[in-house]
Amino acid sequence: MRKNKKRFDTAMKYSLLFAALASILIVLMIGFFTFREALPAFRDIGLGKLLTESVWRPGQGQYGILAMIIGSGLVTAGAVILGVPLALGCAIFLSEIARPNLRAIVKPCIELLAGIPSVVYGLFGMVIIVPIVRGIDVPGNTGFGLLSASIVLAVMILPTITSVAEHAIRSVPKEFREGSLAMGATKWETIQKVIIPGARSGIISAIVLGLGRALGETIAMIMVIGNSVIIPATSTGNPLSIFLSRARTLTGNIAVEINYATGLHESALFATGVILFVLIMIVNSSARYLMSRGSLGKNC
Amino acid sequence: MKLFTGRFLTIVAALALLIAACGGEGEETGTAADQSSTNEAVNEEPSLEGDLNLVGSTTVQPLAEVLAISFEALEPDVIVYVQGGGSSVGVRSAADRSADIGMASREIKLSELQEYPELVVHTIARDGIAVVSEPGCIIETLTKEQVRQIFAGEITNWNEVGGEDMMITVVAREEGSGTRAAFEDMVMEDVLIVDSAILQPSNGAVRTTISVTPGTIGFLSFGYLDEQTKAIAIDGVLPTEENAVSGEYSIVRPLNMVTYGETEEKTQAFLDFVISEDGQAIVVEEGYLPII
Amino acid sequence: MIQRKIKQNLAFSAMWLSCGLTVLIMLFVIGYVIIKGFGQIDLEFFLTPPRGGLSGEGGISSTIVATVYLVITTLVFATPLGVSAGIFLVEYADNIKSRFVQKLVVFARFGVETLAGVPSIIFGLFGYALFVTSLHFGFSILSAALAGTCLVIPVIIRTTEEALKAVPNSYREASLAMGAGKWETIWKVVLPSAITGISTGIVLSAGRIVSETAIFYVTLGGSYRTPTSLMSSGRTMALHVYYLAMETRAFDKALATAAVLVLLIVLLNLVINIVSRWLSA
Repeated sequence: MRKNKKRFDTAMKYSLLFAALASILIVLMIGFFTFREALPAFRDIGLGKLLTESVWRPGQGQYGILAMIIGSGLVTAGAVILGVPLALGCAIFLSEIARPNLRAIVKPCIELLAGIPSVVYGLFGMVIIVPIVRGIDVPGNTGFGLLSASIVLAVMILPTITSVAEHAIRSVPKEFREGSLAMGATKWETIQKVIIPGARSGIISAIVLGLGRALGETIAMIMVIGNSVIIPATSTGNPLSIFLSRARTLTGNIAVEINYATGLHESALFATGVILFVLIMIVNSSARYLMSRGSLGKNC
Repeated sequence: MKLFTGRFLTIVAALALLIAACGGEGEETGTAADQSSTNEAVNEEPSLEGDLNLVGSTTVQPLAEVLAISFEALEPDVIVYVQGGGSSVGVRSAADRSADIGMASREIKLSELQEYPELVVHTIARDGIAVVSEPGCIIETLTKEQVRQIFAGEITNWNEVGGEDMMITVVAREEGSGTRAAFEDMVMEDVLIVDSAILQPSNGAVRTTISVTPGTIGFLSFGYLDEQTKAIAIDGVLPTEENAVSGEYSIVRPLNMVTYGETEEKTQAFLDFVISEDGQAIVVEEGYLPII
Repeated sequence: MIQRKIKQNLAFSAMWLSCGLTVLIMLFVIGYVIIKGFGQIDLEFFLTPPRGGLSGEGGISSTIVATVYLVITTLVFATPLGVSAGIFLVEYADNIKSRFVQKLVVFARFGVETLAGVPSIIFGLFGYALFVTSLHFGFSILSAALAGTCLVIPVIIRTTEEALKAVPNSYREASLAMGAGKWETIWKVVLPSAITGISTGIVLSAGRIVSETAIFYVTLGGSYRTPTSLMSSGRTMALHVYYLAMETRAFDKALATAAVLVLLIVLLNLVINIVSRWLSA
């Protein structure tokens, strides 16, 4: 009887282990299948050409995704510039300034912002933000472009950054705070000189995680960015006018064309996927690295 | 203790829900499987039944959806599913038999015929491609050469073709689209569409973009023409059905359905219905051109 | 001192402002969608299917069915797998003796973290390559649910882990001391006390599936008809919003569908909040 029980327990253990390995299996399968489909593109076009050529004309056999890489980069940069100050302000407010009952109201609001489907943000962008941006009087400005996309994306990454940064700020030990206050520093000086430096790696990893999220967003982007395959450029003397340019993101390249592609074209889209996957893996692992370094720092 | 019973009840409720869900699932798959097996068994019976899957071009999709409803009225036991995916997916799905019928809004490529030798192409309708601008545009007509130059990015302001002083924004379909391929074939010839064009993944998205954005020009399948956009005459000929049927308007392409090898009875029945007088009447009603 | 105080006031006002702005943005997005959308909503909107074609007319009945069908199918795949994985990682992983299995555990944890960061279009691409084309499931609920499973597995694993960690060790020790086996203890003692936490994870996953668009855009096919089997194509509410906005320009109907979607998400969030408050109480 007891032996049976033991055997049953061992059997359970290994079947659960198998379930636990499902995630890594899925990751490997994703890697395998996307890479397998991308292989013809890597072989016939070459990674170098894919990454450095800016012309994407599958009909003419030209497959360069540089324009999409720059598009993804710029829209992400725009979102970070707009979203990070707001998100950090929120994070500090929630962890250091807000009274518990106010926090209990505001925090769920920000969580809700994270739960709103990206297609709703895309729709909102099309109906509200694109027409507003169109009002900026610059020749060729249609409203569809980097600025609209960055605004939409900034709102979308705000909750991610806020919640991770807030968590990091809250895990700064109480003694730091009390010590600083006891030495006569104001609350703001304490935040500025003790708490933010203490939570620095956590805050940076929050921003990097937001970056990863921004790079991966698809649907909202194709709805507002215009999807043109060009390297964004300024249209007036003002360098900021680059953000009125249309662009295409790596994610958008896949979503817009996958249903129509065959042969090498399809393979090149999978190659876009592989490159995006690698890019995001790098971003996310650096966030994880920063976070683990942060927790080590606290022990010292 | 009370709290514990409460929690316990939630657990039971959650589990029950899950089990019910699983149960429902099982049944449903069961019936689907049953249906297809009985379908094979009683194939010789006159009345048809079973599922019919159509996959492919988003240009053909809306037409196929309407045709499907009428066909289902004739053959109540057949359910027709119509899915998008694009012309290339349509051809491939027919070839690997994951769909009964593939839909393509372009000619079938030579490479596809070589890869899948048993493809059978059925032209079910023809479709004109119109050049359209946003509704506020004052231009009525353009020459084919002007259209080519606009889409190539050589003409960049409406005042160069007699319009207001406003930048032209070109809206086009993405690479690989059947509509784009046909437009490039018949209008652009060897000239490339300008890189700065807004690219949208479907006719509907092109129409939406043009209708809300001042200064835009693009091309649309006839089926998508309505008051949201303004159709521009090419060399003085308006893109209308009469002009296309009479041959005066020349930017016209075939809409195809493809099957692979021998077709099942229900598939053949559907294709027969589509090219029948009733079917072609629907084609015309939906704004496309009949086959003859 | 006064200067320092002024500095503090300025900084704090900036924080207040950014937080207020964020809440305002939230209220504006949700308020706009709901106020604009609700004008279109009546009972008929829920009970009629979309008319299809290019009109953008009709309601959303078939998209509700497709959404529910897809959520249930995905959860049927993802829940057992995710919960089992969570149980292993909390209850077994730390007392593994075999070196080899220890390595596997490291891989498993790495897998969960990686999977959580993969952008959804990659899941879509993967689903398209494997389920839609290679395995010939076509554009169907089945293909979409399998691709969706990849998306929600990390969510379920993480919430399960947290729920299990919150169960006091004394429960386990007591059960083991009374002669119960390891699995018996987990099944009869640990899981029942963690079930509410685990269910928030499941509700959270349901929310993710409801709001996801990119994966289903490339795996579900987008047919507006009511799905009748696992192999049917379909259109979820989120996908319907996309099609309405992009294809038909029926922005009013798109906003109405979005309003229903947002309300559903608000409701799910409320449920999760209440449950987790109930848990911590």
